[in-house]
Amino acid sequence: MMLVLLAVIVWCAGWWVNSRLANSPQSQTRLVQLLVPGIFGLTILLVWELLVRGLDVSLVILPAPSVIAVRFAESLPILWADFMQTIVKGALSGYVIGCGAALLTAVAVDRSDFLRRGLLPVGNFVAALPIVGTAPILVMWFGFDWQSKAAVVVVMVFFPVLVNTVAGLRETDQMQRDLMQTYAASYWQSFFKLRLPAALPFIFNGLKIATTLALVGAIVAEFFGSPTVGMGFRISTSVGQLALDMVWAEILVAALAGSAFYGGMVLIEKTLTFWHPSQRG
Amino acid sequence: MKSLTAILTVVAAIIGLWYAACVPMNIKGVLDAAERAGAEVTPATARERRDMGEFGLVAGNSFAIADTWVQDRPRLPAPHQVAVELWNTTVEKKITSKRSLIYHGQVTLSATLLGFAIGTGLGILLAVGIVHSKVMDMSVMPWAIVSQTIPIIALAPMIIVVLYSIGVQGLLPKAIISAYLSFFPVVVGMVKGLRSPDHMQLDLLKTYNASTAQGFWKLRLPSSMPYLFASLKIGIAASLVGAIVGELPTGAVAGLGARLLAGSYYGQTVQIWSALFAAALLAAALVALLGVIERVLLGRMGVRS
Repeated sequence: MMLVLLAVIVWCAGWWVNSRLANSPQSQTRLVQLLVPGIFGLTILLVWELLVRGLDVSLVILPAPSVIAVRFAESLPILWADFMQTIVKGALSGYVIGCGAALLTAVAVDRSDFLRRGLLPVGNFVAALPIVGTAPILVMWFGFDWQSKAAVVVVMVFFPVLVNTVAGLRETDQMQRDLMQTYAASYWQSFFKLRLPAALPFIFNGLKIATTLALVGAIVAEFFGSPTVGMGFRISTSVGQLALDMVWAEILVAALAGSAFYGGMVLIEKTLTFWHPSQRG
Repeated sequence: MKSLTAILTVVAAIIGLWYAACVPMNIKGVLDAAERAGAEVTPATARERRDMGEFGLVAGNSFAIADTWVQDRPRLPAPHQVAVELWNTTVEKKITSKRSLIYHGQVTLSATLLGFAIGTGLGILLAVGIVHSKVMDMSVMPWAIVSQTIPIIALAPMIIVVLYSIGVQGLLPKAIISAYLSFFPVVVGMVKGLRSPDHMQLDLLKTYNASTAQGFWKLRLPSSMPYLFASLKIGIAASLVGAIVGELPTGAVAGLGARLLAGSYYGQTVQIWSALFAAALLAAALVALLGVIERVLLGRMGVRS
């Protein structure tokens, strides 16, 4: 009971500190803007830990954060192997192939107005479909190893990137294109110097959406069959053994990998589109 | 009109490519069957055929091309096979039958809709809280944004098992997975929407001495609608994916995800493809329905699009 009471106190204290910080005159400084969500996250973790210990929640339902952290530290080699299998081999290779194919297709489609008119609605339609469902088919075709996971990822990231790139390549207005023409620029010159840079914010929008989709595709595809390594495999077997601390450790890996992947794309975007109004603020 | 012909051309091209892809994909299976039936096949034994490329086999055995589109359990079923299977399992079968796709679709749809309702309801509530409380904005909003970069679907099998162990089963576990997948897009979109009125408009309400609640109902909520619908469309597609993935670890009892899993266990490719298309049609119908509601509602509110 003491621990539950302590949890309530911790929650109130965290909230109080945050409200003081948020309503203080310094609330716009960068430090406070990082501090407040940090304190909030820490409060949640503490309350979780205290409640699980105080109420004696079974390990099968919800393990305490400390248990997860210990499991995470103990099974680093396994987690690393799963990470290499699912994220690096499956998701990353699929991401590179899928996005590359989508970019090339977009450039090809962009040359023909007819194709663009036809492909954009179809692409938009397909991008909204539950494409993870192709996982069992692709696992059947490409086998259990990472190739089938990469194939699922290719299919999942292709259409969002395609649609965004095609939309982005239309971003330049008539004045700008006319200017390039008065310079006697060739198609490829005006493509690389004007239209591709103008399309970059859109392309990165698609690439950022695709990072999450890539991880989802690679993990879910492993539910349909995988070698005895990989994050999806580990999650589904650990759930079967009721080893929920292991599941949470894998989810932590997925969360870290997902944020790092997304953050990496944001970083590349910032260096490439530093001129865009959304980056200058 | 011009776009319609363009779209139809692209769709026709995709179907044409699909038929063409069936030939090399299925040729080995067809030739094996033909050999067993006693027909003349160019490399005579299965062992010799294994080392040959698919296109070489097609060139050597052009009589078999037509058969690649009517195989019983092909690696890649032809479009008409999927269409026939879809027709058989939706219109011809009784709805109560375990093989009816309508039955399975309705199982998935009810989980999707329940989860979507929970997720959007909570999402809108949280967004209202975030807009009106600076503390919540600063502490919760960054986490809501970060959570969109995380493959939260990895939690799905665990949620099913945990809820099962405390005695909750059936529709609700799947609905919860759907709910949290649609939750975060709605929060982020709705916050953006509720913040969309500019300073002039907010100041005008202040000069009218409007209360916070009046400002919410008369200005913030109406102007958030376009943003809300944009994120609802993302949310419902995510909900459907959640419901389908949520059906996988339950041991494939009912639902479109169960059809996918059962099909992949027994090599019933036509069944997988028809379940996949049923899911796609369902997603398209749900998104289209939201689009209609959006157009009617925004039209009544006088928003020009």
